[in-house]
Amino acid sequence: MLSVSNLHAAVDGKEILKGLSLEVPAGEVHAIMGPNGAGKSTLSYVLTGRDGYEVTEGSATLDGEDLLSLEPEERAAKGVFLSFQYPLEIPGVPALTFVRTALNAQRRARGEPEVTAPEFLKLVRARAGELKIDFDMLKRALNVGFSGGEKKRMEILQMAILQPRFLILDETDSGLDIDALKIVADGVNALRGPDRGMLVITHYQRLLDYIKPDRVHVLAGGRIVASGGPELALQLEREGYDRYARAA
Amino acid sequence: MAAVKQTVEHVQSLERYKHGFVTDIEQDFAPKGLNADIVRFISGKKGEPEWMLEWRLGAFERWLALEEPDWAKVSFPRIDYQDSYYYAAPRAKEGPKSLDDVDPDLLETYKKLGIPLKEQEVLAGVVGAPRYAVDAVFDSVSVVTTFKKELAAAGVIFCSMSEAIREHPDLVRQYLGSVVPVSDNYFACLNSAVFSDGSFVYVPPGVRCPMELSTYFRINAENSGQFERTLIIADKGAYVSYLEGCTAPMRDENQLHAAVVELVALEDAEIKYSTVQNWYPGDPETGKGGIYNFVTKRADCRGDRSKVSWTQVETGSAITWKYPSCVLRGNGSSGEFYSIAITNGRQQADTGTKMIHLGADTRSRIISKGISAGRSSNTYRGLVSAHPKAKGARNFTQCDSLLIGKHCAAHTVPYVEARNGHTVFEHEATTTRLSEDQLFYARQRGLSEEEAVQLLVNGFVKDVLQELPMEFAVEAQKLVAISLEGSVG
Repeated sequence: MLSVSNLHAAVDGKEILKGLSLEVPAGEVHAIMGPNGAGKSTLSYVLTGRDGYEVTEGSATLDGEDLLSLEPEERAAKGVFLSFQYPLEIPGVPALTFVRTALNAQRRARGEPEVTAPEFLKLVRARAGELKIDFDMLKRALNVGFSGGEKKRMEILQMAILQPRFLILDETDSGLDIDALKIVADGVNALRGPDRGMLVITHYQRLLDYIKPDRVHVLAGGRIVASGGPELALQLEREGYDRYARAA
Repeated sequence: MAAVKQTVEHVQSLERYKHGFVTDIEQDFAPKGLNADIVRFISGKKGEPEWMLEWRLGAFERWLALEEPDWAKVSFPRIDYQDSYYYAAPRAKEGPKSLDDVDPDLLETYKKLGIPLKEQEVLAGVVGAPRYAVDAVFDSVSVVTTFKKELAAAGVIFCSMSEAIREHPDLVRQYLGSVVPVSDNYFACLNSAVFSDGSFVYVPPGVRCPMELSTYFRINAENSGQFERTLIIADKGAYVSYLEGCTAPMRDENQLHAAVVELVALEDAEIKYSTVQNWYPGDPETGKGGIYNFVTKRADCRGDRSKVSWTQVETGSAITWKYPSCVLRGNGSSGEFYSIAITNGRQQADTGTKMIHLGADTRSRIISKGISAGRSSNTYRGLVSAHPKAKGARNFTQCDSLLIGKHCAAHTVPYVEARNGHTVFEHEATTTRLSEDQLFYARQRGLSEEEAVQLLVNGFVKDVLQELPMEFAVEAQKLVAISLEGSVG
């Protein structure tokens, strides 16, 4: 599924990723943990093609297809989805309009027919109910005046509707109380499946109690410096990142 | 592009007829330049009565004594008023009696502009179909007016200004120049002298106009200024909604457009006036060509409890200089101004409104959304004033600017004058830049960069779009997208 090899990337001429390699097979959930400034968010932006993140070396492919030469929207149409650490507010654009526009843009790009309004509403009602999102909220401008928890739930709702093949969750637990965290984790877990891969980026182990990873990687100094099973996350929780920060 | 080619051919065919205007009464062009004889020529060409000619000549005399204003935040080379044509008419054989008599080429041109006149008439018999009465102005002559009969049955007069001068002289004499006086300003004064045509609407007391009225203006001939004159009167308790669309083909030379629109609302009357303007904005790189849109639009809420609402979507023109205003004379009268002004490339816009509260308990509301992209400049200029007698006057102004890119400019110049202690004026203003973060967020969800800009901008202007009649709102939404093409990256 996702294959990253010797990835080097710079922001404003400063190298942040320094030879990162990573394999996430289909059906698996991998967690990336690491200290602040390790390059966790940079990795998510490089994989999704944000301007200003310059790849200087290495490769990233999804099912063997090069990602790095594609525009952000092309990667989205291929099924790469990033749940933002800080979801953006979109004034004047109702959440429903935003998600439907996105879904149809992706479907057009893949040569699939657009969904009709009734089909879309049916789909949204079902998913919103599961995520305990009040349908009226979807008529409001996306994320404008939403609480931190509501914004994260909106990200998961978009994910549930867009049905991406590869998910990147960037610090999804930040700003969530325990109830919201459970709802969000349930939403993510519902999307787990044999054809789908996930990369869960987090600073704390807490999220991994709810979204159980198959593998855990430690990102420090722009490289994966350790990999292991779920127990690695617990060890990090106990011992902190100091050891790896020094190693990097 | 076919429309442009056709236009060029049309102009070439006109060129052949430009000689000997004194002797050949069949010709379609007044020669270049402006003097009293040209004013007489225009008036004579239109078969106007003596009083109209006198009115024009009076305006011309006054115009000679006026100075071109320079207070707007726009810059352009001096206009040579002697280097322009002041009258150009399509060569209709006879005045068209119905759509069937209209030159099919003209109809084709309108079709390309998206005004299916023919279809409109077909639709007329269909129950529930949207219906518009269209008065199409091709250069200087109103070519065709549809739906006249049905309107006449309701007592509504909707015709070209030329026809109104001939057929309804009393109404015209009573109201023409009563809102925008002849010497109100330089461009209005010029218009008063040489105005070519335009629309006239009269809605009698208590009548709700049975359909939306619509005019499409199009500047076609080369170097011909277009000076329409529009006059709309809603008598006591009447209601009318009027839509104006404007477009012009591409040209190398700047063309002057100096229109005057006067609205009169008597007691309890309501007028809704909507404009979608997408005149050629000039070359995006050099700013060459494009329309100078120097327009005077004013409404007089003359009667108590009368109401006027201006809605405008301004996306075109090289320079826009325009302040649709309301004089709130009647007690309890109200005025609204909803505006979207988009500038891109080298466009310059200085636009806004004036709400002049003269009567007691008058209300006004201003929602302005300015979007600047490219190397353009976009200025909101607004005046809200309350006369000593305007006790209880209220105004709310919301003025938002959106910047796209790094080389554009937005300015807000509000003037507020309260001359009594019983007014409440509120003014809110914001300026934001279309953020890279928002764009990336939308693109990460699958929208192309252009779709993302479109969606974000449509969100920004939503408050105003929803004031437009449905069909216009759709058109306006598309226009917003077109005018911002290539504004990012």
